[in-house]
Amino acid sequence: MTAPLLTVSGLRKHFPIRKGFLKRTVGHVRAVDGVDFHIDEGETLGLVGESGCGKTTTARCLLRAIEPTAGTITMRVNGGDVNIGALGRSELRALRRQMQMIFQDPFTSLNPRMTLLDLVGEPLLVHGMKSRREREDRVADLLRRVGLRPEYMRRFPHAFSGGERQRIGIARALALHPRLVVADEPVSALDVSVQAQILNLLLDLQADFGLTYLFVAHDLSVVRHISNRVAVMYVGRIVELGGTDRIFSAPKHPYTAALLAAVPEPDPRARGKRIMLQGDVANPAKPPSGCHFHPRCPHAIDRCRTEVPVQQPIAPGHVVACHRAQELKLPGVD
Amino acid sequence: MAAEPLLSVRNLKTYFAQDEGLVKAVDGVSFDVAPGSTMAIVGESGCGKSVTARSILRIVDRPGRIVEGEILFRRGEAATDLATLDANGAEMRAIRGAEIALIFQEPMSSFSPVHSVGNQIDEAILLHQAVSRRGARDKTIEMLRRVGVPSPEERVDQLSNQLSGGLRQRAMIAMALSCQPTLLIADEPTTALDVTTQTQILELMRQLQKEDGMAIMLITHDLGVVAEMATDVAVMYLGRVVEQAPVDAIFHDPKHPYTRALLRSIPRIRSRTRERLTPIAGSVPHPFDRPHGCSFHPRCTDFIAGRCDASAPELGPAGPGHAVSCFLYE
Amino acid sequence: MAVLAPPTTPAHEPAPLALPEQRIFVASQWQLMWWRFRKHRLAMVSSVIVIGFYLVVLGADFLAYADPDRSEAQRSLMPPQRVYFFDGWRFAPYVHGFKGARDPNTFKRVYVADPTQKVPVRFFAEGFEYRFLGLIPTTRHLIGVDRGRDASTTIFLLGTDLQGRDLWSRLMYGTRISLTIGLLGVTMSLVLGVVLGGLSGFYGGITDTIIQRTIEILRSIPTIPLWMGLAAALPREWTILQVYFAITIIISLLGWTELARVVRGRFLAMREEDFVVSARLVGCSQLRTIFVHMVPSFMSHIIAATTLALPAMIISETALSFLGLGLRPPAISWGVLLQQAQNVQTVAISPWLMLPAVPVIIAVMAFNFLGDGLRDAADPYGR
Ligand SMILES: Nc1ncnc2c1ncn2[C@@H]1O[C@H](COP(=O)(O)OP(=O)(O)OP(=O)(O)O)[C@@H](O)[C@H]1O
Ligand SMILES: Nc1ncnc2c1ncn2[C@@H]1O[C@H](COP(=O)(O)OP(=O)(O)OP(=O)(O)O)[C@@H](O)[C@H]1O
Ligand code: SF4
Ligand SMILES: [Mg+2]
Ligand SMILES: [Mg+2]
Repeated sequence: MTAPLLTVSGLRKHFPIRKGFLKRTVGHVRAVDGVDFHIDEGETLGLVGESGCGKTTTARCLLRAIEPTAGTITMRVNGGDVNIGALGRSELRALRRQMQMIFQDPFTSLNPRMTLLDLVGEPLLVHGMKSRREREDRVADLLRRVGLRPEYMRRFPHAFSGGERQRIGIARALALHPRLVVADEPVSALDVSVQAQILNLLLDLQADFGLTYLFVAHDLSVVRHISNRVAVMYVGRIVELGGTDRIFSAPKHPYTAALLAAVPEPDPRARGKRIMLQGDVANPAKPPSGCHFHPRCPHAIDRCRTEVPVQQPIAPGHVVACHRAQELKLPGVD
Repeated sequence: MAAEPLLSVRNLKTYFAQDEGLVKAVDGVSFDVAPGSTMAIVGESGCGKSVTARSILRIVDRPGRIVEGEILFRRGEAATDLATLDANGAEMRAIRGAEIALIFQEPMSSFSPVHSVGNQIDEAILLHQAVSRRGARDKTIEMLRRVGVPSPEERVDQLSNQLSGGLRQRAMIAMALSCQPTLLIADEPTTALDVTTQTQILELMRQLQKEDGMAIMLITHDLGVVAEMATDVAVMYLGRVVEQAPVDAIFHDPKHPYTRALLRSIPRIRSRTRERLTPIAGSVPHPFDRPHGCSFHPRCTDFIAGRCDASAPELGPAGPGHAVSCFLYE
Repeated sequence: MAVLAPPTTPAHEPAPLALPEQRIFVASQWQLMWWRFRKHRLAMVSSVIVIGFYLVVLGADFLAYADPDRSEAQRSLMPPQRVYFFDGWRFAPYVHGFKGARDPNTFKRVYVADPTQKVPVRFFAEGFEYRFLGLIPTTRHLIGVDRGRDASTTIFLLGTDLQGRDLWSRLMYGTRISLTIGLLGVTMSLVLGVVLGGLSGFYGGITDTIIQRTIEILRSIPTIPLWMGLAAALPREWTILQVYFAITIIISLLGWTELARVVRGRFLAMREEDFVVSARLVGCSQLRTIFVHMVPSFMSHIIAATTLALPAMIISETALSFLGLGLRPPAISWGVLLQQAQNVQTVAISPWLMLPAVPVIIAVMAFNFLGDGLRDAADPYGR
């Protein structure tokens, strides 16, 4: 791999909190508060964290579904760098061919009033494929590719189960042959027995089309099955980022370690002592001082309360934002 | 399993008659819960777990109706068949909330948004116990402390939406346990919570069970939670129990093809990175469109043509405390 | 973990689905809504009634058999006449002729039926001249009696009013005015509501704030005094047509705020819906996003809200006219007709003057049930 496909630096998104008759801004939710990472061509970066930590906000900022407050997002297009944040409306529309999104909820993300043909064909239509015949052929092809029968083209989404709808969503996202696919918890809403089908499908499609994924999830087991690298988020910041194996076997941030330990394993013989975190995830409208994690961290020292830890490399390709990263010996799962 | 189960459900059938068709939400469920044990009911969305729980408490939403079966609940020496009681009668009301308590799946709907959490727990206590209002309040505060709500004296007057998800679930547990039930039914108590909070709640339930000795019927779709908590497991598929066994047997000697396939298909944290999974083909059928014969047969890899699609197998013994509903074991 | 053999055979295809279920798979939004609406009995009945009312609006002059403005002192306050359908065994509807006389004690006119005189009721009879649907000049009416006979041979299905005008015919014309005023009012509210609500919801920011505050202020003014004030301010010398439009504007003045709220709320909610975000991300233009994805999704809700707004409009007009603040005679509307029933004494002697209240009640109920049915059917995808 040479230069990364996507580089994000200093990304911030603060939502104003408005109150009163005149809707004055009384504060900000720091949903994303200074995030840096890159994604290489053809890899999967897993983004994990607990609810409200800013995963969806990060993902949507990358695609400019919401406007970031600060930071730069650069994508490599035809050998040159494009600053996604600075694009005008028409340039952005053109760039949408390159990056697409898969949504979490297969029931709300497909317009119930459109047939599969219209849903999957819409990206083609708006990007200039006006011939209906041509679109039908392409849609049939895409449906077959994601494991649906092309004969179902004239059906509406309500005819399909959650897993099948997610396949429709994937076909729609892939219609334009994008290079980057942002998948926001694509399997969280699915039945256990269907999750595996969709994960495998995503792996296959990645191999076939050379896709690059940003895979957002809260379930670490799912992330392990799909990611090359993993970024762990806590209250708007990335606290650890590294290769999947390293993150799972030798986590360096106390939060990563706690998260790993909290996942209940499907084996009663592995029952045992867990690191149990106290308290709840911090409120992004009023984050704690210093290291956001310090009120819950079993290893916190005085410095953690006052000084914000910066991301520092701890090994090649492995960065951690913790004051004690060097000294702590934390358990992984392997 | 102990000789005298606390709860014994036999061939329970709860149907919903709707305009579009008859939904056999629960279609012949049988299982036992031993006193002090944790019975986990696992299954995918829509397989009838919640309806089973609601049938036991006799709070099935209309147009749902128990059409057949027994729900034998031991109270002291005798067993009462809850299925035959009047759902709104005095006896059922005395059991519900006091002897059998329920923790709901929906985190927001379990508390009323207009009354303080404390008042609602007070009411639950006053309904079933002969104590004064003051006594009830003291007990509420003590219960909240027991479930790990910090500074319960202040929290007691808050509304449920002022509490975080984890604290709300703790308060829910406090309410459920305030009358010392012998059976606690927990319907997906941690599904809406984060993993770190889930660990806290599961640990809390385990500790309270150790102290109070109640039996827990834990409903979940997460096999990790099952492995962590259960003593016995019943696996449900489309309104039926397909396999019931002690927890170790379910995970290390699964018999039913569905249980086996499910265990094979779930993502695991201790896997190789980017390892492909072995999924179950197809999807859960629509409730109006249940397959004939064994309801799992269209997705089953061990399907016997002419047999599995012709008639439905019965739940039969397959080892010590192990029952399975599959023609491979008949 | 026990070692599990990997599956050897792929699981087979599920059996093809039954036919009726496949129909639902390819059913569009409107089809699903219709299937759902059909189940709502009351709404189905109401829609037939509502259609009936609007047929009356179209064919008021055909259904009327007497000129609604022709008054005859000789016929003042006549009670409804009974219609006999069979003459012997033959179907030949007729009414009895009558004699009018003044009671020497009370000086009131009393009418006595004359059983010897049979006045046949004719279908498609000749009557006053009008243009059917405003186009075709004709003199035919649904029913009527032979003309040219003496003055006692007439028909008054619902009796007459103080000036001796036929109540049935007046009711037909009143229905036309009252229902069109409601419809026009609702249309104006709809246009205002959709445009302003749409602007408010789509652009947000300062536009939204201004429109929302205006709505709040308008809504905080008590309705009845405002209407009465405005209606009372209408110049007396205005023509019927001018008053008609002025009243329409007055009653739609407040109706639009509700619709604007509905539209704005839908727009705001819709903007954040996953499938709308998805449309944007796929590269749809703003116009396509609005008109292909957003508008169809709340169209049905708007239709339902509009139907539910109609009864209020009808009642407003009736109430204003009843109080003498709305339409004024010689215009005819339900409210104007009911004005005659204002006096308790009149009502006690001539209870049929209350009859125009019946269509008001039926229309209001029918529109409400219809609106309810539409609202329930509006979102066929609710899980
Ligand atoms: N439009 C918005 N306005 C105000 N606050 C918002 C908005 N969107 C998100 N937030 C807040 O930003 C924070 C991060 O939200 P986000 O949806 O990114 O979290 P997440 O990690 O995706 O969580 P989940 O796992 O629940 O999906 C949350 O506290 C949320 O309440
Ligand atoms: N009130 C109701 N009316 C009609 N059908 C219902 C009703 N409640 C449940 N059902 C049906 O009963 C079946 C079982 O539902 P149930 O809620 O028990 O599933 P579950 O196993 O708890 O699933 P989940 O994991 O989604 O909670 C479903 O197919 C559902 O459609
Ligand atoms: S910086 Fe301190 S508080 Fe934060 S994770 Fe590291 S040790 Fe814990
Ligand atoms: Mg999210
Ligand atoms: Mg449930």
